Order: sequence, then C-alpha cells, then structure tokens
Amino acid sequence: MAMLDIDNLHAKIEGEDGKEILKGLSLKVNPGEVHAIMGPNGSGKSTLSYILAGKEDYEVTDGAVTLDGEDLLAMEIDERAAKGVFLAFQYPIEVPGVATMTFLRAALNAQRRTRGEEEVSTPDFLRLVREKAGALGISQDMLKRGVNVGFSGGEKKRMEILQMAILEPKLCILDETDSGLDIDALKIVSEGVNALRSPDRGMIVITHYQRLLNHIVPDFVHVMNKGRIVRSGGKDLALELEANGYAEYQQDAA
Amino acid sequence: MSAEIRLMRTPAEQALSAALEQVPSAPGRLNELRRSAARSFNEQGLPHRRVEEWKYTDLRTLMREAVPVAGPAGVAEAEAAARLLAGALVRRIVVANGAVVPELSDFSELEEGLSLLPLAAAVAAGDERLSRLGGLVPARYDAALALNTALAGDGVLVHVAPGATLARPIHIAHVAVGQGPAASYARSLVVVGEGARATVVETFESVTGQADQVNSATEFYVGDHAHLDVVRIQALGPAAVSLTTLLFEVGREAQLHDFAFTSGAAVARTSLYANLVGEASQVAFNGAVLLKGRQHADSTLFVDHQVPGCESRELFKHVLDDSSRGVFQGKIVVRQAAQKTDGRMMSRALVLGDDAEMDNKPELEIFADDVQCGHGATCGAIDDDLLFYLQARGVPLKEAQSLLVQAFVGEAIETVEHDGLRDALIEQAEAWLKARG
Repeated sequence: MAMLDIDNLHAKIEGEDGKEILKGLSLKVNPGEVHAIMGPNGSGKSTLSYILAGKEDYEVTDGAVTLDGEDLLAMEIDERAAKGVFLAFQYPIEVPGVATMTFLRAALNAQRRTRGEEEVSTPDFLRLVREKAGALGISQDMLKRGVNVGFSGGEKKRMEILQMAILEPKLCILDETDSGLDIDALKIVSEGVNALRSPDRGMIVITHYQRLLNHIVPDFVHVMNKGRIVRSGGKDLALELEANGYAEYQQDAA
Repeated sequence: MSAEIRLMRTPAEQALSAALEQVPSAPGRLNELRRSAARSFNEQGLPHRRVEEWKYTDLRTLMREAVPVAGPAGVAEAEAAARLLAGALVRRIVVANGAVVPELSDFSELEEGLSLLPLAAAVAAGDERLSRLGGLVPARYDAALALNTALAGDGVLVHVAPGATLARPIHIAHVAVGQGPAASYARSLVVVGEGARATVVETFESVTGQADQVNSATEFYVGDHAHLDVVRIQALGPAAVSLTTLLFEVGREAQLHDFAFTSGAAVARTSLYANLVGEASQVAFNGAVLLKGRQHADSTLFVDHQVPGCESRELFKHVLDDSSRGVFQGKIVVRQAAQKTDGRMMSRALVLGDDAEMDNKPELEIFADDVQCGHGATCGAIDDDLLFYLQARGVPLKEAQSLLVQAFVGEAIETVEHDGLRDALIEQAEAWLKARG
C-alpha cells in the first residue's frame, strides 16, 4: 500500500459555475520517495497541493485520496497536519501579532495533542527551535517577530522549511518553493529539504523549473497538464523538459 | 430646542428624580454642584436617539427599568467580588456600591508625595483640594455625568505632589454587590502634580448576573511635564448597565496614556472628555472591546486641542461575536490657536458573529490651518487565508481563531506600558476567548 494514494481525482473550484481543474489525476507516493511534479502555468499543480492540505475553495467531484489507507479528504485541515501532511506554501502568509515562537509552539503542541501525545516542554521546545533555526540561518530576532512579518521572499521560504523541520511531517508538499529565491537562498532551502529526506518520509516537489531539481534530486518526475499527469519518468525527464519546454504536452492534451 | 419637547418621563427617570430628592446637603460649593446637576437631570432626563451624542445608545430605552440606589455593601461580599488584579501588583482601594471599604483598602505606608483618601472623608474634612471637583464638567449636558455629580457620595481622592513618582499603580476596584439589582455612583478625583508620575487603574466587577446600574465618573488633572497612565477594566455581569465618564485636563509637555478594556455589562457607555490646555503634550486613548451575546458597548471620545503642538492618538479594537454591537464615536476639535496639532484616530473591528454590528462615527472639527488630523475605520471577518495557514500547520479552527483574535486586540493592549498590567489585560483577553469555547 502506498503512503499517499491519489486515485482518479477530479476537482473543481467551489460554486455552481466552478471550473474543473483536476481531471482524473492519479499518483502514488511511497515512504522515502521524492516525486517532482512539473508543468505549465494553470495545469493544476497548486490546486493539487491545496486539495491535499484541505483548502475549502475546491470541491472534489470524483476519485479518492488516502494517506496510509485512511480517507484524507474526510479529514479536517488540522487533522491532516497531525497525520503528517505538510504544505510548504508558494506564498507564505504574514500573520501580524502572532509571534513566530508562539505559532511554532501552538502548531507542534496542537499536532501532538491530536495524536494523543504529550505536549513538548518549554526547554525541549527552545532547544529544538534553536538547533533547527541555526541550520537554516534563521536569527533569534526573526523568531521573535510576527510570523513572516517583514520577511524577504527567501526568509519566508526558509521559515517554511523550519516549520517542516520542527513538525517532522510524513508527507511534504513543496509548492514552488524555488520561486522568488536567488541562488544562495535556493541552496540553503534545498539543503534544508535534503536534510529532511528520510526512508520514512515522502515528498512532492512542485516546480516550474528544472533548476530546483539539481539541488533536490527526485526519484520520479511527472509532467502535469490540464489537470492530469500526462507523463512520468525518472530524473532525466526534468532535463528533457528543460531543453524542450512543455509545448509538446500542451498540444497533445488539446 | 429639545428641552421644550417634553417627552413622557419613563419609570427610570421618575425613580431617578425621586432619588435626587433624597440627596443630603453637602458642605460649601459641593452642595450647589449637586443641586445644579440634579436640576439639569430633572429638566432634561435620560438621552434618547435624537440626542446626537447618544444616537447609538438610547439610554431612555436601554434603561427603562428603575432600580433602587444600592445600600452599603458587606465587607466579605465586597472582598469576594473584587477579583481583578488581586495581589501585590497594585495598591488597592475597594469601592463597593459606591462607597470606599476601608477594611479592604490599602491606605498604609503611602509613598512620599501621595495623598490618598476616600472622597467622603475629604468632603467631611473640608479638604481644599476638592475645589477642583466638578471643574472639568463640560458645558453641554451629559445625563450620566449629571446623575453622578448629584448622587455620588464617595469615591477616591488621589493627589500626587509635584515631582513624586509612585512605585505601585493605584487601583480603584469598583464592585457592585448585594441582593437584587441596584444603582451605585462613585466619583473620584485624581490630581497629578507637575513632573509627577503615576499609574491609576479602575476596575469594575459584579458577582451576580443582576441588572445593576454602575455609574462612575473620574476627573484627572495631569500637570505640566507629568506622566499619567490610566487603565480601566470593565468586567461587570452580563445584565449590568455601565455608565462611565472620564474627564481629563492635560498640562504642558505632559504624557497621558489611557487604555480601556471592556468585556462586561449588557449596556456600557463610556464618555471621555479630554481638554489639552498645555502645549506640546502627548495623549493616547486606546481600547479593546470584546463583546458577545447581545452586549452593547459605546465608547465616545471628545478630544479638545486648545493649544498648539499637541499630539493625540486613539486606537480602538472591537471583537464582536454573536449579535453584539460596538460603537466608536471619536471627535477631535482643533481650536484656532492649536496650530501644529497632530491628531489621529483609528477604529478596527473584527466581526465574528453573523448578526454583530459596528458603528463608527469619526468627527473632525478643525479651526486652525496648520494641522495634521486623520481618522480611519475598518471592519471585517477573520481572514480565511490566515486561518487556513494556521490550520494547515495543525492548529484546530477554534484555537486558530483565538490566536488571530489575540493578535488583533494585542496591538492595542501592547500600548500599555506597565508590564504587570499589560500581562493582566492579555490574560483577560485570553479568558474571554477561552469562555467562547
């Protein structure tokens, strides 16, 4: 049984005239695997990530998604997180007035409570954050500020990876984590992600460009177009896409 | 001329007039002050919605019921009711049903330069400092204040000598206790001398859910170069009517920071009048108002810039659950002489309940030509994207809402300088959210 099993997923934007975005998407992710999903703008990549995380703006019209055999789509947003789903946002949101430390702690403890585990003690928590933040070059000053408030694009992405490192999810979904990053920031973020690769953890890396995949080398590459996966292959497929573009797939699907 | 159109007197008005008949005579000018306030009330009664300043808080309708004037409170009862800020943080004076309870009040070992005594004691002793009592009453009739002036027999006199600095905040803890709903009136006078520094806290609590009417008025004189912080916490029972009047006079290069936390009473009205009479002062009037059920809270502020170069700030945050209603009325007057005035007010409301309502009425009256004045108001629900972000990290919906509401009111609470008081206010907000479930 795959850890994540997406089977013939159809979804549309919520509402009567909601446009259909996913049109029969299937994907299996096993523990330890890194899957890259590439594709042109509007192919439904971000929608897929939002639906897995539980955003309410979409309606699943057909198909199923299971995580370790459990119906993921039936779970509340926070329940999915507690079960190990983590979405690294393409555009991490600023949360003014909620200090980063407060936020990290609320998230970690809420997940632990939901799983029936004990809350983490203050010294253990501080030690954990200090250790993980240091590796990502996140300063104490940043941790004291409101979540993402006044952060640069690169700082926001690093903060997403920090959250991932602290929450230790089972399934990481990285939605265009490379967008808005310069080369140095891309390196730091990729190293952070690679440090989290483990035989117990699956990853879906959504990206436009092959560049990120030089740093986070995937086991599988999928091409997505018009709401479904149109081709799958190994890491070399990314290079081919970089050379030839998406034109051929867009024509095929039309 | 509204006085000419006599409305039918309501039972509450009749009862209040009867109570005014019973006011004992007071020595000296205080007697005339009380008589004159009673006459004004008898002529003009309770305000209704056609009185502009009370448009959203029609006291005539909201205070239909007449309640008797509260009798003396038992010490044990008062002690049990005064729960806020208990501990060593403050110097507490308990005012129960409008009268100081000496057994529960700390008048000992006063800091140098501090005079602190029950207002009734000051009246009995013919204390000269009472000459300032009533000195800040505005010309325009204010029913709540008139009733207070006429009916309040006690309260607290705080006098801080020039240059003195108080180590602890002075806490005037108002409690309404006793069997059956009752009306209580307390009047306090706070004088902070030149260059002095003080913090004054007023809290309002009642033990039961009865429909007490709690009327309080406090006059504050802030001397030149003085620094005064004022914090109010109104946490009366859910059926109470709360009428609070604050009167400020601020001298030259002084600092005044006023903060109001409101989460109690069925109907609450705070009228705040501030006269800036000394140049280059800085004042701030901030507030956090958290309402649920059918609660109604009205904060009406008049800030009068009479002299040049003063800065005034107002920041009010309302959190409105269920079908509660918040009102913010801010008026900034800039007199012709008050050049280089910098006055700003901002009201932000977070609407949680489907039937909740926020009314904002900012007013600027500017007669000088070289000033900066501004106002703003926002009103909205909790941002769905923020909620999703927190939930996607594992925080359940209710907890995510609480975090965001705390962050929202936190911006106003953070303006309170005193660490202990600020923490107590944050705790109040947390307790409100917890009770929301």
